[in-house]
Amino acid sequence: MTEAALPREDAPQDAPGDAAPKTMRVPRVPTSIRLLKSAGVRFGVIYAALFGISAAALAAFLWWSTAGLLERQTEAAIDQDSEALIDHFLEGGPTGAMAAIKDRVAGNIDDDALYLLVDPEYHFVEGNLNAWPAHMPLDEDWGELKLDRAGVPALMQVHYFELPGGYHMLVGRDIAVRAQLGRMMGGALLWAAVIAVVLGSIGAWAVRGLFRSTISDVSATALAVSAGDLSRRVRVAGAEDEFDLLAQAINDMLDRISRLMDGVRQVSNAIAHDLRTPITRARTRLEDAAIHASTDVELRAAVERAMADLDGIVGVFQALLRISEIEAGARRSAFAPVDLVAVLEDLTELYDVVAEEAGMTLLADIEPSLPAFGDRDMIQQAVANLIDNALKFSPIGGVIRLSARVEGEMIIVEVADQGPGIPEADRVRATERFFRGETARSTPGSGLGLSLVQAVAHLHGGEIGLFDAQPGLRAVLSLSVHHPIEPHLAHGSGLR
Amino acid sequence: MRILVVEDDKDVAAFVVKGLREAGHVVEHTGNGRDGLFMAASENFDAIVLDRMLPGGVDGLRLLETLRAQNNHTPVLFLSAMAQVDDRVRGLKAGGDDYMTKPFAFAELLARVEALTRRGKTDAPTTKLTTADLEMDLLSRSVRRAGQKIDLQPREFRLLEFLMRHSGQVVTRTMLLEGVWDYHFDPQTNVIDVHVSRLRQKVDKPFPVALIHTVRNAGYMLRPEEV
Repeated sequence: MTEAALPREDAPQDAPGDAAPKTMRVPRVPTSIRLLKSAGVRFGVIYAALFGISAAALAAFLWWSTAGLLERQTEAAIDQDSEALIDHFLEGGPTGAMAAIKDRVAGNIDDDALYLLVDPEYHFVEGNLNAWPAHMPLDEDWGELKLDRAGVPALMQVHYFELPGGYHMLVGRDIAVRAQLGRMMGGALLWAAVIAVVLGSIGAWAVRGLFRSTISDVSATALAVSAGDLSRRVRVAGAEDEFDLLAQAINDMLDRISRLMDGVRQVSNAIAHDLRTPITRARTRLEDAAIHASTDVELRAAVERAMADLDGIVGVFQALLRISEIEAGARRSAFAPVDLVAVLEDLTELYDVVAEEAGMTLLADIEPSLPAFGDRDMIQQAVANLIDNALKFSPIGGVIRLSARVEGEMIIVEVADQGPGIPEADRVRATERFFRGETARSTPGSGLGLSLVQAVAHLHGGEIGLFDAQPGLRAVLSLSVHHPIEPHLAHGSGLR
Repeated sequence: MRILVVEDDKDVAAFVVKGLREAGHVVEHTGNGRDGLFMAASENFDAIVLDRMLPGGVDGLRLLETLRAQNNHTPVLFLSAMAQVDDRVRGLKAGGDDYMTKPFAFAELLARVEALTRRGKTDAPTTKLTTADLEMDLLSRSVRRAGQKIDLQPREFRLLEFLMRHSGQVVTRTMLLEGVWDYHFDPQTNVIDVHVSRLRQKVDKPFPVALIHTVRNAGYMLRPEEV
């Protein structure tokens, strides 16, 4: 509000620009903490962890499937082998089995098989193992056996059999391959972990970079705006991704904020400037009368004129307050179905006499059914303002056309006159508070009429458009047929 | 008429009290809500002019609600700086009969206070209104003056009806706009003057004596000559 005293609206925009660099800096924090606090790094770490976990899961799956396959193969080999040996034993007794074992041991070039046949006292009979292993469990058929074979430690998968006559037999296979595979897998896993860390770090860096480039732009913009530079906007990359949507939403929000700020600034400027004029006039009249009035009649006349001036000022205040009341949207709770036909016919009836008296014609062309939803009083006032304007600017003999129709989801109310119209350059500004075009300066009015119409239109999810009626002005007021949920987002953004 | 003014601003109160007394009314004044409630409840008034924001712990709304809860139906006109539509609605909902916002013109206040007191009396359904030689039949919706039929448009009929119901009282342009058209805003053009002038063409012009009079700085009054 202090800016109100400044001459015009360009001044407040310069001031924040100077203040911005001082307050825009990010607070200084040690790098390590900043890294940990950085959402980009956090996302990167999560990304790396997920990457590592999935690599580990893949390795584990591979391990289980390959190791399982190997185990089944070993067991199948042992089963096949031992079945044949048992057949030999049953056919040829211990000697038959001994011969078969001898054959097999001799033929086992890889030295990956184990055979041992012992008598009931566990004395060596035949095989490639000298003695019955002391730690061989006898309560299970299958077992894993750690052996020291010619100085080389070996891991064997063994099958234990009890043979007729009290003989015992072990048939086994070396499963060092499995251990080897395990080691290989472990190594691969380690490498995978290293690669995961490296790739994860790169990914983290990339994510952080992405965050930096987009989020930091958003936060820099927000900082600049909070420092007072309302003209800053978030860069929209044009990729139409989520970041662009966010940037767009933020920019829309900033547009709306700066529009509201402009409104506040306009009002304060207006109060400083536009209200000062009539107040000065009233004061001058009173002072002049106090000094120079020589008769009671003169004095009284001056006082009455000053009172009229003050009433005008009050009228401006009331209009301003009403506009901000409407813009705040609080009245939307009182919305109800409105029969616009009755409203417009009433207005026509109220004004056509006035038009006739002023030597003009008011022609109404209203569709028979216009079901609107809104605040009846406000719509009345908005249309009345448009007709008031038309009457004010129409030449004698002019025709004013009031028409209303439904177009899709909108109700369109049009008021066209044959007056001087508004020059194209001024049309956008015509709805600003206190704006008065060149042609309007000579006529009475506050410059708030169209602002109020616009506020009402926005509240009803619509818009006010000003067009050339050739000659004259065509004011087109649109109102949503339905309850408007957020009119400013839908229609307000395209306005300025 | 006996009128109670409850208003804490000394200047405004003095101005209102003085003006009402000059208009021939008996006026009591208090600047405090509690005293105002006491006086309004214990004495008989024809109308109360009531401020919204009052010292003394009882504001205008509370005062009125308490009064109405006691089945006291004295007409009340709010005179308040609270000018938003919601404030007005709240005031009328609480039992107020009329609502004026500050700043105000005294002529408007006087006209409205007098209209309020009249309203209390003519609540009984009437079928016929008469002022001097002007007669209005509300059932057949016909108007005659000096026995001669006058053709009126529906809106002209309602305008004349409003004037006749308030015959002998000042009726302001705002009152007409609210009462006849149900509009709660001030048009920038002089719509009411034009409509009244149309009505005059039909009701007054053909006859030697005018009934509709312009009251300077205030509005209009329908009255027989020399009253």
